[in-house]
Amino acid sequence: MRIELNCPVNPGDKDRIVLAHGGGGRLTRRLIEQIFAAEWQNPHLDTNADSAILEGLSGGRLAFTTDSYVVNPLFFPGGDIGCLAVNGTVNDLAMVGAKPQYLTASFIIEEGFLLSDLRRVVASMREACRKAGVYIVAGDTKVVDRGSGDGVFITTAGVGIIPPERHFGPAAIRPGDAVIVSGDIARHGMAVLSVREGLGFESAIESDCAPLNGLVEEVCRTATVHCLRDLTRGGLATALIELAGAAGMSMLIEEARIPVAKAVHSACELLGIDPLYVANEGRCVLFVPEEEAAAALTALHRLEIGREAAVIGRVTGAGAGVVELESIIGGTRVLDLLSGEQLPRIC
Amino acid sequence: MRLLDEYRDGAAAKRYAQAIARLVKRPWVIMEICGGQTHAILRFGIDQLLPQEITLIHGPGCPVCVTPAETIDKAVALAARPEVILCSFGDMWRVPGTQGDLFSAKARGGDVRMVYSPLDALDLARRHPERQVVFFAVGFETTAPVSALAVYRAAAEKVTNFSILAANVLVPPAMEAILNSPDCRVQGFLAAGHVCTVTGYESYESLVRRYRVPIVVTGFEPLDILQGIHMCLDMLEKGEPAVANQYSRSVSKSGNRAAQELVQKIFTVTDRHWRGIGLIPNSGLALSPAYADFDAEKRFALPEGPDAGRPGAGSAGAGSAGAGRPDSICRAGQVLQGLIKPDACPAFGSECTPENPLGAPMVSTEGACAAYYRYRRAKRNAGKDGPTA
Repeated sequence: MRIELNCPVNPGDKDRIVLAHGGGGRLTRRLIEQIFAAEWQNPHLDTNADSAILEGLSGGRLAFTTDSYVVNPLFFPGGDIGCLAVNGTVNDLAMVGAKPQYLTASFIIEEGFLLSDLRRVVASMREACRKAGVYIVAGDTKVVDRGSGDGVFITTAGVGIIPPERHFGPAAIRPGDAVIVSGDIARHGMAVLSVREGLGFESAIESDCAPLNGLVEEVCRTATVHCLRDLTRGGLATALIELAGAAGMSMLIEEARIPVAKAVHSACELLGIDPLYVANEGRCVLFVPEEEAAAALTALHRLEIGREAAVIGRVTGAGAGVVELESIIGGTRVLDLLSGEQLPRIC
Repeated sequence: MRLLDEYRDGAAAKRYAQAIARLVKRPWVIMEICGGQTHAILRFGIDQLLPQEITLIHGPGCPVCVTPAETIDKAVALAARPEVILCSFGDMWRVPGTQGDLFSAKARGGDVRMVYSPLDALDLARRHPERQVVFFAVGFETTAPVSALAVYRAAAEKVTNFSILAANVLVPPAMEAILNSPDCRVQGFLAAGHVCTVTGYESYESLVRRYRVPIVVTGFEPLDILQGIHMCLDMLEKGEPAVANQYSRSVSKSGNRAAQELVQKIFTVTDRHWRGIGLIPNSGLALSPAYADFDAEKRFALPEGPDAGRPGAGSAGAGSAGAGRPDSICRAGQVLQGLIKPDACPAFGSECTPENPLGAPMVSTEGACAAYYRYRRAKRNAGKDGPTA
């Protein structure tokens, strides 16, 4: 009989998350210090305290939001779950006019997850925070059994201050308002789809994942803003339908004026997917008075992220609260919510 | 992509609509065969540009909608087996069988994967030799060649853990079944351009001779459809039915010979039940005896389906396209045959919605009912709420 003289501990385990990383002991400590705190270090993050103690949250109303992030695959062209988790929460704050300041981040990590992948995610969050000008000030880590998760799930929460003069929201939308989209749509959803197992296709489409707080500040300097909404799941159409319903205002959108990158357009046509309903992670719609639309557009066009911004329609008036779309050949239809995710068509 | 912009030009569309209005003298009923054309008509509002003399009715050209509930049940049963990875096109997932759909099969623990090509399913089989990978092969003549190619390669490479659930159907026999129906209102067809890219259009000539209907092979963009209607009307008004090819940038008379030969090699033509329509002779593709080893029904000894003549299964008439409920008020059968418009069904938008579909055409993205629900229902409702200020 041949005896294997190998170390009984699998050296590969050092590269992966194990249950003990969530056990509250030495491994948990090491994980927090060497991965999270090392990447996110800032004056407000104290890994020895139970809570972050924050100053400077004054000068207006406090906006407070939270969101959870699950995405498959975790890494996709143009981004990853980490930048989504930061930008998504930053954007939710920015859409109500708040200046985002502090975030928290909670991780649910599946046993066996590669530490190198976790480092990538955490570094990506650091970079996203830097771009958005926010700090992660508290966090939490739990580890679940292999098979009980999908790599990593992240929940972020965020706070920001809304300057007193800002009262954005559907109630502020007025008849005649111009509807502006801040950039070309449907990048994120198509980028993720392009790398999903079984549906992969070659493309140069990158996610639009980005913070929108800088863009909001820039527009607010030059134009009156009535309402903002970031385009996430459900895409442009879902955002407009929800706002029209909430505001009790009908809108007319011109399909020909909606910016869609050629590669995105082609991929959507190939798969039988309507770009109006595809997810975005760095785009918003803005409602501004018609006479200020040109100034708002000029401000947007000055920004890299707003280069493709366009007026796509207008608020036609109070009433049924429906969104009508004029097709590129001149027919019209009413946009309606989809019952679920769009599925690629076979022919 | 030039291809898209050129064929969606608003000014050109209006010119075509005007030309159609000048041409038409009498009322005509034209059926577009393909669900992709139905969606384009409603999405772009093409029918709004047409004179009222022209009625477009929507044909059975949604392969997902016409797949019998019993076949979906087989896919669901396969997905429940622990050794099986069931691969399917995306729009098949929501179509209900009698035992739920593929989403529910996945929720119950089945390993169901969405693929865009049968070749991706074959690749999955290569990467998972310990599992059985089954591809749910639905579609018309358009998807059949790639399914055939997957089986051909699996045989050549001896990928023994790959098989298909063969459910492909053929368009010309369905057109003939519609023309043979005593209720048939169709006076001209827009044939499905993608199908003809593979098959060519020689086989339509005998339909034109025997039934005296013009058939125009038509594409899917707004200008394609408007031009197809114009060509069809021209023949109708002159009383000179023929086969015409609007989609010449993709379709040749003889089609894609290599694809046809591969399909003939791998598959054999068989009678097939169409959901909502019934048994149509010589309208389906089954694996030929030489490739029977790749037939999932045989490999997993599934119970015989409706095509084996089980009494009552898949029979034509109201409700037979419903979610397996004999008392269903769903009239999908008549919708699929172009006898009624989707919104003429009493269940449309009330008992039957995409969240709770009674019939397959409400589920699939290509289904006529889903297209009406998505593009027309909100407009009707908006009208009911009163005019906007």
